[in-house]
Amino acid sequence: MGIQLSEHQKKDQAAFREFVNKEIIPHANKYDSEERLPDELLVKVARQGYSGAILPEQFGGRAMDYITYGLLNEELGRGCASVRGFMMMQNMVALTLLKWGSEEQKERWLGKIASGQIIAAFALTEPEIGSDAMHIETTFTDADNETYMVNGHKKWITLGQIADLFLVFGKRRGKLSAVLMEKDTPGLTITPLTGMLGLRASMLAELHFDNSPVTKENLVGRVGFGFVPVGITALNLGRYSIAWGCLGIGQACLDACIDHTSTRKQFGDYLKNHQLIQKMIADMTVNLKAGRLLSYHAGHMQEMGDQDAIMEIMVAKYFTSKMAFKIASDAVQIHGASGCSHDSAVQRHLRDAKIMEIIEGTSQIHQIKIADYAYREYAG
Amino acid sequence: MDSSQVNNRKTRIKTFLLRYIRNYALEDDSDIFGGGLVNSLFAMQLITFLEKEFAITIENRDLKLDNFRTVNAMADLIERKS
Ligand SMILES: Cc1cc2nc3c(=O)[nH]c(=O)nc-3n(C[C@H](O)[C@H](O)[C@H](O)COP(=O)(O)OP(=O)(O)OC[C@H]3O[C@@H](n4cnc5c(N)ncnc54)[C@H](O)[C@@H]3O)c2cc1C
Repeated sequence: MGIQLSEHQKKDQAAFREFVNKEIIPHANKYDSEERLPDELLVKVARQGYSGAILPEQFGGRAMDYITYGLLNEELGRGCASVRGFMMMQNMVALTLLKWGSEEQKERWLGKIASGQIIAAFALTEPEIGSDAMHIETTFTDADNETYMVNGHKKWITLGQIADLFLVFGKRRGKLSAVLMEKDTPGLTITPLTGMLGLRASMLAELHFDNSPVTKENLVGRVGFGFVPVGITALNLGRYSIAWGCLGIGQACLDACIDHTSTRKQFGDYLKNHQLIQKMIADMTVNLKAGRLLSYHAGHMQEMGDQDAIMEIMVAKYFTSKMAFKIASDAVQIHGASGCSHDSAVQRHLRDAKIMEIIEGTSQIHQIKIADYAYREYAG
Repeated sequence: MDSSQVNNRKTRIKTFLLRYIRNYALEDDSDIFGGGLVNSLFAMQLITFLEKEFAITIENRDLKLDNFRTVNAMADLIERKS
């Protein structure tokens, strides 16, 4: 099996790169310190078609294949993890509605997400429930024949401060389910969360639902199918996006290190000529190449509709998120004090990389699932 | 639909399931969700498998546990969607 990008994919990759170099990299540290993404940028991202990257053209999407979508994540991730996270969230909710939404939900929301007219968010995690998602405590009870009452509390919701539409997970008579909720729903209180370690421009929020009514046509999928397949469809794309986004973080750090070690001299010689520095550069290069192969492989399987794609995506996300953190940590080391300064990009990448080991399933949850996969694949 | 085609589908479904549920006497009417035999990731893999293997699209309205509970039920679902 050879891995070679098509001419079309190469052209798209070059366009993504140009957009990131021009529109994102010069401002990424500012987004981080101000803890927000400016509206103008989000409009530009949507205008490029990135908010509906994987949606079909019929809904205003770019209909990207999974490899092209991976390349987009890599490039955006090279620039700013929060911008990449914004794009990822739009596609996670959009894909979930495309696959499991009703015709009315698709007609009503997909075009708006793709065009950037509305911003979507994914609300699963709660203050008391993170990894153990099957046991969330938000409830959907009957207000009347047409309406659910939503009660509960969500936390750490990316874009929660600015989202117009939330995909909210809760229990309906004890069965995990998902509904769409608009931001101006009565009883919904949105409280911004600031001062995070990384993904600082992701405008996180806490959501409180106090008898928030949602009409039953907002149910996505069916009662009892909120996690499988609805939530997992979103999380699978999220993990795939993060795997490639981590390649972007790693590449940005390696590029910065190549630059810095080629210009900075200590002990009368460029840093790049010191062998302990070479060791770090070599490890970064090898791990990035390995991570890229895993990500291409996962993307290829996803594109083929292979049943093991979901597991290969977990393998790729687990590896690349650890890889990105190690590369970013070494990149700060190589930059010395200048890498610790607020105006260096590598310190931001280090903080963002740590988050990648936590979101869309922590590294430990990935290890548990990957071990399970190994026993299934390799037991005699 | 002739019975050999139905049997062929059932065999393909069973081969897939047995990769996961090893050492289990899987019958055409065994309830795979009843005994806690499958976890959430596998349930998702099952949907992906059925879609690809039998060139069908599972949609919102097919999301009923009874469509996936047994090999027989899945073969019926495929038949209806083919
Ligand atoms: C920046 C950021 C953005 C986020 N955005 C969103 C969002 O948009 N939507 C959303 O729903 N959520 C979001 N989250 C939440 C995220 O998905 C959760 O943080 C994640 O699922 C982990 O849950 P937790 O933080 O409650 O940790 P916990 O589940 O409490 O885990 C704590 C630690 O224990 C470990 N652990 C847990 N169970 C086991 C076990 N069985 N065996 C071994 N170790 C275990 C974990 O790996 C972890 O190291 C975001 C989080 C962050 C930091």
